[in-house]
Amino acid sequence: MQKKRLLPVQAHYTFMIIPGLLWIIFFNMVPLGGLIMAFQNFNPGLGLWKSRWVGLDNFEYLFSLGDARRVIVNTIIIACWKVVLNLLIPLIFALLLNEVRNLRYKKFVQTVVYLPHFLSWVILSSVVLNIFGRTGIINQITGLFGADPLIWFSEANWFRQLVVGTDVWKECGFNAVIFLAALTGINPNLYEAAAIDGCSKFKSVFYVTIPGIAGTIVLLGVLGLSNVLNAGFDQVFNLYNPMVYTTGDILDTWVYRIGLVNLQFSLATTAGLFKSVISFFMIVLSYWGAYKFADYRIF
Amino acid sequence: MIESKAIGTKIFKIFLYIILGALAISCIYPIWYAFCLSTSSKTAANSGMVNLYPVDFTLRSYKEIMGDLKFLNSFWISIQRSVIGTVVSLLIMILMGYPLSKTKREFKPRNVLMWLVIFCMVFNSGAIPWYITMVNYGLLDSMIGLVLCGGLPVFNLILIMNFFRNLPRDLEEAAVVDGAGPWRILFGIVVPCSVPVLATIVLFTSVGYWNEFFQGLVLSSSDKNYPLQTYIKQMVVNVQTAGLTTDQLKIMNELSNKSLDSAKVFIAMIPMLVVYPFLQKYFVSGIMLGAVKE
Repeated sequence: MQKKRLLPVQAHYTFMIIPGLLWIIFFNMVPLGGLIMAFQNFNPGLGLWKSRWVGLDNFEYLFSLGDARRVIVNTIIIACWKVVLNLLIPLIFALLLNEVRNLRYKKFVQTVVYLPHFLSWVILSSVVLNIFGRTGIINQITGLFGADPLIWFSEANWFRQLVVGTDVWKECGFNAVIFLAALTGINPNLYEAAAIDGCSKFKSVFYVTIPGIAGTIVLLGVLGLSNVLNAGFDQVFNLYNPMVYTTGDILDTWVYRIGLVNLQFSLATTAGLFKSVISFFMIVLSYWGAYKFADYRIF
Repeated sequence: MIESKAIGTKIFKIFLYIILGALAISCIYPIWYAFCLSTSSKTAANSGMVNLYPVDFTLRSYKEIMGDLKFLNSFWISIQRSVIGTVVSLLIMILMGYPLSKTKREFKPRNVLMWLVIFCMVFNSGAIPWYITMVNYGLLDSMIGLVLCGGLPVFNLILIMNFFRNLPRDLEEAAVVDGAGPWRILFGIVVPCSVPVLATIVLFTSVGYWNEFFQGLVLSSSDKNYPLQTYIKQMVVNVQTAGLTTDQLKIMNELSNKSLDSAKVFIAMIPMLVVYPFLQKYFVSGIMLGAVKE
């Protein structure tokens, strides 16, 4: 019986791996080699092998640029607000939804709030820019209180708040999925016991519900750390314009403009490498924290 | 005492339903708004009269789009990309996820490969080296480029792998006893048992390909090769933000055609809206199933 098999099982497994492995090598690993541009004065005509080496000059130049400092600050501010609010608001939403007893209403809300997650920022921004535009509904509402109409996404003072707000709104339902799942895992007997001991409905949220999902909250909070430099390229790229560069320009959009529009490949690569390295350490740190505090492993 | 408590609960309940209702409405509103603008007349749409319902209902924008070859071409490119991309990447991820779901004893290089995959997830090259590499591969304006250039979707691979790992071992052991080889076990037993997680991945992947605009933007040498989202980004979104002064914006506003733009946006939403209800029932359970181990 055993002899009939032409190849050992491991050889079959190896064949199965090959397409995916090739994909990873050619499209994930090979581009990493291009990072040496950060240490060169890269000239597309000469290519990677012949371009002149300049050591760390690109990094020195990068950090001497006022623009670079500005985009790093913008990135951190926007990203950190997103990390915090993308944890808090979905948590509150999940807790509220958990209190809904009408199952059809609950199901309806749940189905609908996931929708924006699946719409791209290209699509949403065209709608959002209209809503917050000169003749949009927001200006009509503020107009009732006598405010002058604004083109909201061209106001440097408002841009960050709007970016964070619209992102939290878009991802709220989706980010709540894990909380909702954790909430169903709480033993209903605990609520009964709390009620018998004289715990009001409101109090039982603090004494039963939140401790019951504390592990999940910690886990998502720690994993959120990995995003401190991810301010959301797709979103900002589709919503910003030159008038809000001071507050809204982030690392990724800046890299795009200096690299692919102005063709300063080396400088853009340097900024990208800076982001990748910091992100790498933050991700490792967050996974380590998640393992340490919540016993979570991705595999 | 008890009465006041009951009133408090009631007020809370009303408040709760209103808040959640408002959130739900705000999530549907963008879709409804795009629909309203697209079915209103050009003058009504541009002057900002359209907010809650179509004004001067007309389907002219849609008729105009049907004659817009560039738009139709972009639409077709995006459809191809989503379908081919989903099939190809799903197949590759199933093939790769299965051996990786084995222990080190059953498949020796498993752990090495796993670290490689994880490394690719946590460290990326950034936009510029990636772009230069794709240009060197000659992947400008090609469907292969649009499908493969994002690299292996590591997160989805891990979801699949974790799901495969949690399937009962006995199933496979029984199949081995019956003489089934690895390929037979994978496609005859493992895959049919994994429908929830695979449906989730199909949803994520197809929507991901459909929504992707950046690769389409930088890997297309001319606008006739744009996928739909890139087309919309360039033709619709950019126009709105291009104006600098209010006067310029006013002129832009008069030249633009919000009704026509919104019709394009609405059409771009449709495939998502069609797929969503079918797969929605799977994805919540699918995420959780793939995320939890042992």
